[in-house]
This record gives sequence, structure tokens and C-alpha cells, in this order.
Amino acid sequence: MGFPHKPHPKETVVLSQHFGDADARTVKGWTKRGGYEALAQALKMTPLEVIEVVKESGLRGRGGAGFPTGLKWSFMPKEKKKPHYLCVNADESEPGTFKDREIMRWTPHALLEGTAIAAHAIQAEVAYIYIRGEFTEPWTIMEKALAEANAAGVFGKIKIVLHRGAGAYICGEETALMNSIEGKRGNPRIKPPFPAAAGLFGMPTTINNVETLAAVPHILKRGAAWYKGLCLSSPKSMGTKLFSVCGHVQRPGNYEVTMGFPLKDLLYDMCGGVPAGRTLKACIPGGSSVPILNREETERTLLDYEGCVAAGSMLGSGGVIVFDDSTDMVYQIMRLARFYAHESCAQCTQCREGTAWTTKIMERILAGQGKMQDLDLLLDLSENMTGKTICVLSDSCAAPVVSGIKKFKNEFEDYIAGRRKPVMVA
Amino acid sequence: MTVTEEYRAVFEGKVLEELQSILSRYPTKQAALLPALWVVQRERGWISDRNMAEVAEALGITPAYVKGVVTFYTMYHQHPVGRNFVQVCTTSPCNICGAEGVVKAFLEQTGAKDAGATSPDGKWTIIEVECLGACGFATPVLINDDFLENVTPEKVPEIVKKYR
Repeated sequence: MGFPHKPHPKETVVLSQHFGDADARTVKGWTKRGGYEALAQALKMTPLEVIEVVKESGLRGRGGAGFPTGLKWSFMPKEKKKPHYLCVNADESEPGTFKDREIMRWTPHALLEGTAIAAHAIQAEVAYIYIRGEFTEPWTIMEKALAEANAAGVFGKIKIVLHRGAGAYICGEETALMNSIEGKRGNPRIKPPFPAAAGLFGMPTTINNVETLAAVPHILKRGAAWYKGLCLSSPKSMGTKLFSVCGHVQRPGNYEVTMGFPLKDLLYDMCGGVPAGRTLKACIPGGSSVPILNREETERTLLDYEGCVAAGSMLGSGGVIVFDDSTDMVYQIMRLARFYAHESCAQCTQCREGTAWTTKIMERILAGQGKMQDLDLLLDLSENMTGKTICVLSDSCAAPVVSGIKKFKNEFEDYIAGRRKPVMVA
Repeated sequence: MTVTEEYRAVFEGKVLEELQSILSRYPTKQAALLPALWVVQRERGWISDRNMAEVAEALGITPAYVKGVVTFYTMYHQHPVGRNFVQVCTTSPCNICGAEGVVKAFLEQTGAKDAGATSPDGKWTIIEVECLGACGFATPVLINDDFLENVTPEKVPEIVKKYR
């Protein structure tokens, strides 16, 4: 439901059912709406039984990678020899994405309930919810909800701790997040070892995104078959997904649709399309880290993991950024590159140097001092930034640059050839 | 380092109790570092080298290590800032919705000369930040702990009046 808008008839409202309803934030209000029933049910099941249901449902990670959730949980040691931990990734920082923020703001108990169920499934005694530092309002709401739920004693032996980030995009990367909880700089770790073997504090750990965990109580209550049935296109993508739509649209906000929903309908029907008199130029369907789609590609994209790949991009976190024909694509791609240069943890040379030089070269082009060779140089740099570093921040910087040059080359050339007035000062 | 006044410890009395409660949430002392730094910033407005040394001592790590962590995270202030710390998101989705105009309006209305600089009356520091995670509510602005949505240049004078 695209809060603050009314639900659109084409939406499939599951996670967002109570968005905008402040009463659902209280433990009383949540319980009245059927909340914490799934947790009670899960606590009566064995961890393996819970994992089986989630596996069967087909739920995949909503943070960006789309890894099957049940399978991820099953990687944890069955026989517990050391403490197990659950990390909840509420560090939502991907430009274009603002869904986890709304889940925490309106349905904090949905996240707490999903967290407790996951902790039970992986036999973790403590779950850390890592909330980005800038999310002051969701933090306050989560803190209050956690205190109320603890007072109501709904979590059994499971302890949930909120941990506040302090301004670092990279802490959304799973191992950087673990380092950050441990009181370290948020540098991603080399894998293996994978978190299920040695994660937080060196112990077996599972990390899940907010939206993934918020879906879990619904799956337990309504059954894996129901969730699996929510599928419009690819049989590998099921359930509902929140799409955060922003940029040049009439009604930005969060919209929840069944996997496989046409992107075109999301943009034109639900969001009211681009502002009057404008036309759609480009769209990034999954947060700033995925390749940019042109208009034709956008209009044929189906919103699921496979559909976005088929169109030449990725579903990512579901942050849809819309650009109309008034957009200077070169300037916007420079802004994105600058974002990654700012957020690079600087461990890997390819990323530290690559993101900074990509930004500098883009700025040079925007200042009217670019050369035609710069485009090949940018592509060459991007090639060296892809698949060569500890984490994918560097790849994420390359994605909009490579797709941007491929699809909007004329705009770059206009700046370089002097056909367009420089917008930056060298 | 020139020390002009006697150091006043942050972790005393109630604040020390708060630190102990933070420590109880983690299996290692070091894990309390980020929350402990938040407490310091809340109490003092920023985090000085002396504060870092105090945190280091409390958690059994070195001051250099603490500084390494403080400098990694953009939200910790290593210098005093204005009473109102204004963070305006200017990443791409907000940029195309007019975020640069919002920054300009804040600078003009508050007398802070440049992004990052503090106004002469010490009341305002305006900075441009990367994605605040509220792209559908462009332009989001964080003033101290208040998260404002849908800010436009036209709304800025009213906002500044409220916080002045």
C-alpha cells in the first residue's frame, strides 16, 4: 500500500496491510490483528519444521541478492555447539529504496515477530537488529515496540537487541554489518568463511533483510502453498514484494504487488506516470546498484528476479527510480558514482580508486573538458571494478555507468563535443 | 594537544549505568563501541580526542582504534557543530526532485555560508548527505533527530523559523 496513498486495486496487500494505522504499532493493536499467533505456532514447532515451511514457500531474500531464505537458514549447524546469532539488516541505504523504513514505522511488531521466528528456526538466542543511524523515527518506534513486546513476554527465551548504525552505506553488506556490531570499522570480510560457519563474533550467524522477515509470520499462518501461489510469471519468484517508487512520478511511495507484476502498470497506473507533459526516459528498477533501463526496456519488464534480468537489469531491493525526459542522465550517473565514491570503505584498490576516478572523469565531462576516449576509459575502469573486489560496492558503481554509456551515449557525446553547455566547473 | 580545562568524564552516574546496560547486551566489550560513541555525542554534542580516550579505556581498546572507528562513520562529529545540525539528502532520486534548491534555501535562510560550515551565530550547520532512505518523500531533511519529509525550498523559511 503506497502510504500515504489509499491501496490501489491492483495491489496485493500483505506486508503493507496496516501501513498508516498507528494502532497496529502497539502490542495490543498488533495482537488484535492476529499478530504473534504465528510466533506462538512456530515456538511449538521444531526449528527444522519451521525451516521446511519457509523452504517450501519459495521465499527469497528481499535485500537484493534474492537467495532462498529457507535454504539459508538450513546452512546453520543442526547440532548446536556454539552460540548462534541472527542479524537483521535494517540498514536500508540503497538509493531509491525506502520499504524497510515503512515496515518499521508502521508494523514494528511484524519485524519483531518475524525476527523471533527466524531466531527460533536457526536456534539463535540473540538477534541483533541493525538500524541505520539516520532512521531516527523508525528507531524510536522499534524501541517502544520491543519494550512492549518484552513486557508481554511473547519472545520466550529469545533476546532481541537493537543496534544503531552511524552513517555508512557499506554496513548494509552482511559481513560489514557484523563488523559494525562488533565495534569495528564497517569493512566487508572475505568469504569464505560464510556467516553460517563463522559470522558475528565468529559464531554461526544468519542475516536477513527486514522485508524478508516481515513476510515469515504470514507464511507460517497462511501456509507455504498460499505463498507459493502468489506468482504471476516466473515459477522461481513468488510472494508479494514492496516496491518503493521515487523520482519523476506523480505518486511516489511504496506499492505491494505479486511477483511478476508488470513494471509498466506499477509506474503508469499506480504511480500516475511521469509529471504532466513529460515522457518516461529511463528507470532503475532495483535500487541504484542495478543497470539502468531505457523506456522500451522499462515497459516490458516484469517485476520478479528473472523478469528484471531478462530486461537487462536486476530486481535488487525493489527501489524504483524514475527519470523523465527532462533528466540530464550524465549528471545523474555522476551523482550515483559520487555516492559510491563517498561510501566506498576503501579496502580494495579497484573500488577505492575506481569509484573516485569514475566520479572525477564524469565531472570532467560535465565541465565540458571530456574527451571521446573518456567513454572507453570509463568502460575499461568499470570492467576492472566488476567481480574483482571483496564485496559488490564497486560493481554497483559500475552498473549505472556501463548501462548509462550504452543506452544514453549521445548525452555523453553532447557534453564532450561541446553541443551541450557545461553544468559543472572544472 | 593543548588542554585548557580539566577533563569532565562522560561516563559518570546515570550515564555510567547506561554504559553498563549497553555492555550487558553484547558478548564482548568492544561491541559496545558504536552505542557508547552515540552516548558521548548525545552528552557532549561531538566526540573529542579526550572523549575517545575515555571510551577506549572503558572498553579496553586503544584510543587509536576508537579514532579509526569514529572516522569511518559519517554521523559522528569530530568537531563541534551548530545547535541545529541539518542534513539534506542530495543523492540522485532527491536531486532530480530539487534537493539542491533545498540546500541553497537552508544556507540562505540560516546565514551558514557554505555546506559544512557553521553559521556565525553558532546555531546552524547545514550539510549535504548521501541517501537518507526516504526517496519517495523527496526531499528528506534530518534536523538533529527530527526527520522531515517532502521539504521544498518554499517550506524552508518556516522550518528555519521554528528551529531558530
